[in-house]
Amino acid sequence: MAGIDKNLRWAGIVLLLAILLPFIPGVSDYRIFQLTLVLVYAIALLGLNVLTGYNGQFSLGHGAFYAVGAYVAAIMMDKWGMPYYATVPAAAVVCLVVGFLFGLPALRLEGHYLALATFALALAVPQMLKHKSIEYWTGGVQGIVIIKPDPPFGLPLSQDQWLYLFTLFVLAILFLCAWNLLRGRTGRALVAIRDHHMAADTMGINTALYKSLTFGVSAMYTGVAGALGAIAIQFVAPDSFTILLSISLLVGVVIGGLASIPGAIFGALFIVYTPNIASDISKAAPWAIYGIFLIVFMYLMPTGIWGGLRKLAAMIRARRNAS
Amino acid sequence: MSISRRKLMQGTAAAGVAATVVGPAIAKGKYDEGATDKEIKIGHTNPYSGPASAYGTIGKAIDAYFKKINEEGGINGRKVTFISQDDGYSPPKTVEVIRQLVEQEKVLLVFNTLGTPPNTAIQKYMNAKKVPQLFVATGASKWGMPKEFPWTMGWQPDYNTEGQIYAKYLLANKKDAKIAVLYQNDDYGKDYLEGFHKGLGDAGKKQIVSEVSYEVTDPTVDSQVIQMHSKGADAFFNITTPKFAAQAIKKAGEIGWKPMHFLNNVSASVSTVLKPAGFEFSQGILTAAYLKDPTDKQWFGHQGYLEWVEWMKKYHASGNIQDSFNVYGYTVAQTMTHVLKACGDDLTRANIMKQAASIKGLALPMMLPGIKINTSATDFYPIQSVQLQRFKGETWELFGDILAAESA
Repeated sequence: MAGIDKNLRWAGIVLLLAILLPFIPGVSDYRIFQLTLVLVYAIALLGLNVLTGYNGQFSLGHGAFYAVGAYVAAIMMDKWGMPYYATVPAAAVVCLVVGFLFGLPALRLEGHYLALATFALALAVPQMLKHKSIEYWTGGVQGIVIIKPDPPFGLPLSQDQWLYLFTLFVLAILFLCAWNLLRGRTGRALVAIRDHHMAADTMGINTALYKSLTFGVSAMYTGVAGALGAIAIQFVAPDSFTILLSISLLVGVVIGGLASIPGAIFGALFIVYTPNIASDISKAAPWAIYGIFLIVFMYLMPTGIWGGLRKLAAMIRARRNAS
Repeated sequence: MSISRRKLMQGTAAAGVAATVVGPAIAKGKYDEGATDKEIKIGHTNPYSGPASAYGTIGKAIDAYFKKINEEGGINGRKVTFISQDDGYSPPKTVEVIRQLVEQEKVLLVFNTLGTPPNTAIQKYMNAKKVPQLFVATGASKWGMPKEFPWTMGWQPDYNTEGQIYAKYLLANKKDAKIAVLYQNDDYGKDYLEGFHKGLGDAGKKQIVSEVSYEVTDPTVDSQVIQMHSKGADAFFNITTPKFAAQAIKKAGEIGWKPMHFLNNVSASVSTVLKPAGFEFSQGILTAAYLKDPTDKQWFGHQGYLEWVEWMKKYHASGNIQDSFNVYGYTVAQTMTHVLKACGDDLTRANIMKQAASIKGLALPMMLPGIKINTSATDFYPIQSVQLQRFKGETWELFGDILAAESA
């Protein structure tokens, strides 16, 4: 069990550094806000990674669950005056149920057919949010503006610092849960289904149930991220959740590293910062630059950033042992 | 963009040195963040990428206009540093880049940010930070609320006012009209529709025989046009964005429907709407304008138009000379320049809002003759009047008086 202890120790060190980060002098509220977005996307990516990386199901529609989570938070805060922290578990429950229910019929589809079905979901959700019958709740195309929470107990923190710490807290819990889930029986079952569906069946794994549940859990993670994202941005509107969001999430999972938990953080850093860097390089064709970055990353690190780092570490270790 | 900015800063520094030598020209001013004796920093967002990137030329035009201003010595001796960011028309991205502009770049104000959803996303933030959000590039009617949002101001005539003007013209010029309305199902379409209803009044509203909508993602509006025609309508208010406007005009022409046709200003472009729809189907269409159309031959000899062409050639050569968005960018940048000039050496954010809210009778070269910009502490709608024009041959022909919602 020494390996696990070591992993946990490392995770603890990283967490401690992350807690101290917003208090470094010179880190502005804007930077903290950006880092909050990184944490938010990391949660969403972890959710998608459970589905795609571990269970081998493709989803081009996770932007839809992100949107549902965001709207749950916004409506609860705006219409019912609920506190922001109460919206996070609510978004989790709603998205778990929605994801599970969507998963039941969708899972009859395999591979790229599932990708297409989820793609349809991502296309439909922004339109459905505009529908007249729910306009009272969703605010239609105008969206909902929400108020940024103040730090509790009169803590001497800025709103952005507090929100960062709150998001980090949620992230730590969710990462711990995912780690716990994936390293045991369940994780092995998920991977078995991914690697060989029929073999998993013959081993007595209830593949249909596992796949639906994975879809639900994955949607739940993404929904929580959506809720936290809405609180950080203070605004939700259908235009915020276009198909580009779903594709960015998939890009983040692959770039970060499929089937790796820390990969989610690296993927999130990529999807938050790369568009900015690209548009600094060229205002005329930022997405072309983004594309070049993507190709370079995939070429240099075919197993994602986390996979690349591990390979690098292994090489250094091997060289040290040899000498 | 970053290179040109650095060059600009060097230029600014050089100009500063020159100013010190000259002596009396040195500005001794009151400043908020983003303004100094030598520089005024202005932030801007625009969709340079994504589905709304056709608007990108507005940002480039504004940048080009400030280049001209800087070459001519700046505003009261201060150079303008114009920092424009791409938000791809995505509200969360707008929030991110606006925070970058305000908190990292420390701009004095934010100007002509484009789109209703992006501006809605940042309005609360701008007002909480007390940073001016001036002359936003959207015609929604919600930008003129000085009580609730004292740091936000619109610019162009709002959709609501324009809708009222069409309704009043219709009632005055066509007895017992049977009215059809086609509108885009979003806040832009509904803003127009609401103004149109208001202008018709309760009695006039009963004359509407058909009111249909479409989604911006729909492939065509053909069936809507056929439906309106079948209801026997003889007046038609066309609230559509360019692609759909062209489709509706073409379809109406093909099925031989010839109503009194009002086309919203959003789609009044000759090159992108009427030409593709077919000039033969476009004759007699009515719309409201406040800027000079760059394809309208009647301006070709005018001083203001010639200056505009010269500026286009010298500073914005990559832009399309037929594109009215370039007229828009040019004119809105002139409005901004006017306000900053009026601020004198008091470049505090409060004074900028004060000056923006005290524009009196400002006429700009590419606005229609007779249309003036007026604002006050309670009136945050800078341009409120328009003139009607009718399509004839291959261009628009202005007619009638300058109309404002109150007088129409």
